[in-house]
Amino acid sequence: MLKGWKEIPIGGMILEPGNSVNFKTGDWRAMKPVIDKSKCVKCLMCWTLCPEPAIIRHDDNSVDINYDFCKGCGICAKICPRKAITMVPEGGE
Amino acid sequence: MGKVVGLMGDEAVAQAVRQSNVDVIAAYPITPQTIIVERLSEYVANGELDAAFVPVESEHSALSCCVGASLTGARVFTASAANGIALMFEITFIASSMRCPIVMAIVNRAFSAPINIHCSHDDTVALRDASWVHLISESVQEAYDNTVQAFKIAEDPRVLLPTSISLDGFILSHCLERIEMLDDEVVSEFLPPRKAEYKLDPEKPITFGPLALYDYYFEFKRQQEEAMRNALTVVKEVAKKYEEISGRKYGTIKKFMTDDADVVLVCMGSAAGTARVVAKSLRKEGKKVGVLSVRLFRPFPTEDVRETLENAKAVAVIDRSSAPGCVGGPLFEDICTALYDLPERPLTYNIIAGLGGRDITPDQIKQMYNIGFKYIEKGKVEDKVLWIGVR
Repeated sequence: MLKGWKEIPIGGMILEPGNSVNFKTGDWRAMKPVIDKSKCVKCLMCWTLCPEPAIIRHDDNSVDINYDFCKGCGICAKICPRKAITMVPEGGE
Repeated sequence: MGKVVGLMGDEAVAQAVRQSNVDVIAAYPITPQTIIVERLSEYVANGELDAAFVPVESEHSALSCCVGASLTGARVFTASAANGIALMFEITFIASSMRCPIVMAIVNRAFSAPINIHCSHDDTVALRDASWVHLISESVQEAYDNTVQAFKIAEDPRVLLPTSISLDGFILSHCLERIEMLDDEVVSEFLPPRKAEYKLDPEKPITFGPLALYDYYFEFKRQQEEAMRNALTVVKEVAKKYEEISGRKYGTIKKFMTDDADVVLVCMGSAAGTARVVAKSLRKEGKKVGVLSVRLFRPFPTEDVRETLENAKAVAVIDRSSAPGCVGGPLFEDICTALYDLPERPLTYNIIAGLGGRDITPDQIKQMYNIGFKYIEKGKVEDKVLWIGVR
């Protein structure tokens, strides 16, 4: 899959804008946020503050987590006013 | 068809930059380069040059600014020397790795300490592995000519690497010389506005300078090596085109009476002129001597050097910088490497001379040649590295 030096743009340039969607960057996460939907009040604080953004907002304002891009920083769990998000060790289940 | 003027080296470089229609100049003044920056700021202030002049707070910022400007597709120039080059060292590698065709004048000055403002080649040779094309000037005329050619070399799509032009501090930078300047229109035609294939453009966004770890870093370095190999060809092509507009001939090296020479002296910069005068007088005494001066320090013209030196019996290499703890100076090591694969190698010896602006005199050059004849007679080199002119 990796390309040779003749096949890539020079100088590290990335010619395709927004190509980060082609890469799953959430694979080094140590802790993973898990939502308890019974506690969620759809305030969207997690959606607002996720730096990635890896919180998926649905039409009814309920949320899910996009684990392909979530780095496990824990901001969502920290900010959630209802403590509906908990951080659990990745691969621990 | 051009005009003859009296200019100091720094002024000649500034004139060449003005004629080259640069878009951005970011530089910090340091002796002996100061006059270049002063003149360019005057040209911009009085409207002779339509460029952005950025008076930055350090050389690190100067080259950083140049990188940003170059990535917008602009034609960019800076100048520095010695400690200024040391301060911008980090960015010199970034500029080449991000493939910014910046042109920089290096007005050769010795690294401190003790603090010194005069000529050693410390600053240019410090950048030998920074993936820059390095052109060396022997005279004010060459400093002017090299500056104009440097933009064309750097911006060639096969190269896209920063390019330096070096001139000896004070010996050339502050020496008034008769030079032939080209007409503004001739230079403009030689150097049409830069057309960057890749640039920062909100209409067509691309990313510069991302992370590349063990997966891709290696590949980008290989590309730079290729660009350097291409530069060897491009330097020669540009020289040919430049000859058409100027009548002045350039190559990767300059040969003087080398064809049948027993002892050839190799050097860079202003010492070459002195060496040629001495060689000419020694020839009258029947001594077969020659001079090879290196114009292109990087990419190093290995083949041209080897072809020129293969029939010599002894080769003396002057390094105007010391490399404590090395086998010899940096130019000496390059020359030895170029000669190593020859079935029969000339005897080689290194001379450290002219540090901190001390004159390299005709008597010293004569001494350097005589050492070569002595070694040929004995059939071996006695002292591999000689310090000549030191008390």
